[in-house]
Amino acid sequence: MALDKWIAVIFIVISLIYGYASYTYPLLPFERNMVFLPNTMPLVLSVLGIIFALIIVLTPKAKTDGEGDALGSINMSQLREYKVGQALALIGAMILYAVALRPVGFIAATTLFLVGTGWILGERKLHIMIPVALVGTGIIWFLVEQALGIFLRPLPWFLS
Amino acid sequence: MLEGILLGLQTAFSIQNLLLVVAGCLIGTLIGMLPGLGPMSIIAIMIPVAITIGDPSAALILLAGVYYGAIFGGSTSSILINAPGVAGTVATSFDGYPMARQGKAGKALTIAAVSSFAGGTVGAILLMGFAPALSTVALLFHSAEYFALMVVGLSAIAAFAGTGKVAKALMMTVIGLILATVGESALFNAPRFTMGLQDLQSGFSFVTLAMALFALPEALYLVLDPKRGSSSGGSAAIKELGVTRDEIKTIAPVVGRQSIQGFLIGVMPGAGATIASFLGYAVERNIAKGADQEAFGKGSIKGLAAPETANNAACTGSFVPLLTLGIPGSGTTAILLGALIALNVNPGPRLMIDNPSIFWAVIISMYIGNVVLLILNLPLIPYIARLLTVPRNYLIPFILFFTMIGAYIGQNNATELLLLVGLGVCATILRFADYPLAPLLIGFILGGMMENNFARAVNLTDGIAFMYERPMTLALLIIGVLLIVLPAYRRRRARDLQKGVAQGD
Repeated sequence: MALDKWIAVIFIVISLIYGYASYTYPLLPFERNMVFLPNTMPLVLSVLGIIFALIIVLTPKAKTDGEGDALGSINMSQLREYKVGQALALIGAMILYAVALRPVGFIAATTLFLVGTGWILGERKLHIMIPVALVGTGIIWFLVEQALGIFLRPLPWFLS
Repeated sequence: MLEGILLGLQTAFSIQNLLLVVAGCLIGTLIGMLPGLGPMSIIAIMIPVAITIGDPSAALILLAGVYYGAIFGGSTSSILINAPGVAGTVATSFDGYPMARQGKAGKALTIAAVSSFAGGTVGAILLMGFAPALSTVALLFHSAEYFALMVVGLSAIAAFAGTGKVAKALMMTVIGLILATVGESALFNAPRFTMGLQDLQSGFSFVTLAMALFALPEALYLVLDPKRGSSSGGSAAIKELGVTRDEIKTIAPVVGRQSIQGFLIGVMPGAGATIASFLGYAVERNIAKGADQEAFGKGSIKGLAAPETANNAACTGSFVPLLTLGIPGSGTTAILLGALIALNVNPGPRLMIDNPSIFWAVIISMYIGNVVLLILNLPLIPYIARLLTVPRNYLIPFILFFTMIGAYIGQNNATELLLLVGLGVCATILRFADYPLAPLLIGFILGGMMENNFARAVNLTDGIAFMYERPMTLALLIIGVLLIVLPAYRRRRARDLQKGVAQGD
């Protein structure tokens, strides 16, 4: 079974869970006598979701013209040639960055993130990468903190 | 109307707003050229900036400038290195890239600049004429009609999804609607489906969702497939900027036709620049005869002018439903709609009456934006193109960083970043499986409004009788159903017909 059908199957399960959650949604006392309830649309949506997902699962694969998604098309059969390892490492780096941003501080975390992801992608010229990352981080920090007035803690927890 | 235009002129020609248009066009062009960042992601990145400006018309002017610039920048990278940074400029690369390889890169860029200018300007003139007419009709709309209109918008998106993808587009729309129900319930704003998490009580942030759906998958694609948008051989052969008189004569009718066609396609909710550019290319190829038709795909100036004109006209056209009805015609205008709501402006029929300065300032700044783009592009093209030679080892880390910081500064919340990465991975998998992602975002943005309007209509009329008692609601709902059913029916009939012929023989 193709990937898109598996996704549709997963979506059926999600719709069922969502439908159950909507069905058992705790109504406020005064809401009970109303015509439209907070869980009316969710219930309808879960039914619609199951219907559309079933259509995808049950219809045989149609030929797509492919014209509209020339940019988005990616060939599943070439999956082995793709650099999946690099992509996974980058996702890991993003998660690390998300967790570390507050405690480590914006400037250190961002510089490390930029240098680290560059390293993952194969950049070894650290004498160029580190200054570029520092300058980029500094400019963005200045723009966000000074120009936009959004607080970003620049320094690690033990310094501020 | 004249009063409004004058008011708009006054607002748009203030020093601040002029600077914003120029800045927006510059930023849009620069970032739009980078493969992987389309207008949708750039606008999403710019939203925090726009919101901090505070003044809605200034913010919208900035974002409109970014929008134009991004579409324009996308054509530059399509032409020079065959790497369309934007879906709407894919058709541009069909003939633009062959021209660049023949050493006519300068000519190709000039034609692109001039036809975009023409398309955008004609679009803006049509917008002035059409928008007030559309909005007078729209004043008759009540919550019941609004609900029906949202249904039409959602089903139009599905209808344009392409062969064999209607069910997928509908499923994605439902996912978007489901995501919109997380947060607070309609009418009484009690917490709903937050799974006890306080971070979810205000719902998913739409900037996070937009980043996760568009910018992140694009960046991950660039990592997965290094051949995609490889940045090599940029500005080597940019010469021969001039366009001869004969060439202008050749493309003039194409530009005329495509400005109008593109605008009309842009007006329809769900169509937008991508479809307008493909249709424009297809129509012009069919109209052309003999050798002219042969040249399409091999460096025809008509084949370059058609999609470029159409996509810019469509960009302008998509502002009609956004400004007059509050319906986003594309993913990008959906993001703009979100920005407007964040700025406390309710786009819709009342916009022209309540906030005429916003409405007209935006239209006037479209003219200014077009002129600015032309001035920017002609002399700067050779220099701008050098940005494309940034090595991907530097490009990708910065794209990832920009998406994350875009989501972070919107909410100032680290949970948002984890959410972004999670949703981004899901979105990448969905794109692998050939699911369209724009319907999801449009569903998400329209979801809350649709539920609120429906709830209001149901509570006002004490039931769902309004669906068939109000003629306009009924008509709109029928259109919505037809938009989904008709294409499917037509395809089935075509298939049956084909089968019948085969069996008959």
